[in-house]
Amino acid sequence: MQKLKATIRHSEIIARDTVQFDLLIDPTILKTIQPGQFVHVNIDDSSEHMLRRPISIADVKPDESLLTLIFKQFGEGTKKLAQLKAETPIDLLIPSGNGYPIDDLAIEHALLIGGGIGVPPLYYLAKKLKEKNVKVTTVIGFQSADDVFYEEAFLTLGDCFVATDDGSYGYEGFVTDVMDQNKIDFDMYFACGPNPMLRAVKYTLSDKEGYISLEERMGCGIGACYACVVPNRDETAYKKVCHDGPVFHTSEVSI
Amino acid sequence: MSLDVQLPGLNLKNPIMPASGCFSFGREYSQFYDLSELGAVIIKAATKHQRLGNKTPRVAETKSGMLNAIGLQNPGVSSIIADELPFLSQFQTSVIANVAGSTVEEYEHVARSFKDTSLIHAIELNISCPNVKEGGVQFGTDPELAFEVTRRVKEQSNVPVYVKLSPNVSDIVEIAQAVEKAGADGLSMINTLTGMKIDLHKKQPLLANQVGGLSGPAIKPVAIRMIYQVYQAVDIPIIGMGGVLTPEDVLEFLLAGASAVAIGTANFKNPMICKEIIDALPETLSSYGFSSVKEAIGGAHNG
Repeated sequence: MQKLKATIRHSEIIARDTVQFDLLIDPTILKTIQPGQFVHVNIDDSSEHMLRRPISIADVKPDESLLTLIFKQFGEGTKKLAQLKAETPIDLLIPSGNGYPIDDLAIEHALLIGGGIGVPPLYYLAKKLKEKNVKVTTVIGFQSADDVFYEEAFLTLGDCFVATDDGSYGYEGFVTDVMDQNKIDFDMYFACGPNPMLRAVKYTLSDKEGYISLEERMGCGIGACYACVVPNRDETAYKKVCHDGPVFHTSEVSI
Repeated sequence: MSLDVQLPGLNLKNPIMPASGCFSFGREYSQFYDLSELGAVIIKAATKHQRLGNKTPRVAETKSGMLNAIGLQNPGVSSIIADELPFLSQFQTSVIANVAGSTVEEYEHVARSFKDTSLIHAIELNISCPNVKEGGVQFGTDPELAFEVTRRVKEQSNVPVYVKLSPNVSDIVEIAQAVEKAGADGLSMINTLTGMKIDLHKKQPLLANQVGGLSGPAIKPVAIRMIYQVYQAVDIPIIGMGGVLTPEDVLEFLLAGASAVAIGTANFKNPMICKEIIDALPETLSSYGFSSVKEAIGGAHNG
């Protein structure tokens, strides 16, 4: 992991309160990034915001020195971040955490399941899986039509089903409802989203092997402060989301 | 420019050290810089047995600060001695072990356990963790209990003992004098201030523990005031801490009466902060007319 400066090349609102940054960054670091890893972003140099924000990596293009981040404006810090304009330098810890271990997996058809701001890391994952000739089907869920993003992007890589909680776009209901209604044949799943979604997915797909990526409030983001912990399977110890995760095999943690 | 400071048990090449709980046992930060640059390292609190700590969320950002309620999660003192201290011993820096407990007997046990290793140079006696019901905070708020636990830990220790004081008291001078009388070799201050943040969406306290310890630049004026008052009332050295972010902050702590300065929350914003402050300190000291760190200690009391 390194602490380095990137430059915002392009900033865009891609859905309600949802911001995409394309960052110019040293390409040597980009080549090391695994799908599912994140960056830990310093809001600014003032003393007002003392904690960095963990943000998902949505895409990596080493040939263009580009890193794509997607985040949701939720509190004061992310709102301030969203105001940053092109050409602004931005201070990152990169790459953070462990991603989906796809290099070690022999799979033919992957099911990717994302909820809300858990969707971004699945895009880079889908791209890397396609490169390995793995068939990719994606199921993504959002609150409402205004929150939907990246459907077209996922459609270029395979089938993509969209669900909204209020039914204003795609299927009405949760990602698990889409999975119930469409008999999707796959041999491993990869999920990222809020804990209630991950619990429902793990329960629905209890006969399948899967990897999940967890969200938690973080402090240092490097494994030193013990803020972002999750109990292990038998709840006898904690794992650190930032350092041991954020991606875990479903059998590793109790959510 | 001479940055060195000599304190009981600690021959510091510079006065800067990461604060307990913000630096784990050093491994994570060693990927950013050589820990031999540090004056010392204060490691994460040790208890008799492994502690799992509190439920999440455990941290929340606040204006110029943060709340934490980790709950003393640690693998237990024997595991720390066996698995963590050997890693730190490869660096040319002093190691201060933070000793926590819920009873006097537990404090004694942990302090005694550290006698088995030559890899620590001092103990920081944590009688002020606000995040565990039986985490010792009662020892830090009652002068008689503070005296008793300090006296008994001193009897069990073969290295100097610095007592970490809680700011959540009406008269910190009274506590400082009590632990000095009990034989403390030094003080470290301040621990976090108790605070709370309410989640507007959930309409309930954000931290699972409800209450947490406030740290960061928001508490610096409280730390400076308390160090200034305690410096005038005791003869033992003070390791100062509370919201340090810049080399100017370090100078302010030295002038108030600290002989060394620990950096906590700022490590989260900038994992390089301790090294950057050490590198910048000579220029800062010299720009305010000092030719050594020692010269600045207690400098605000000369008037």
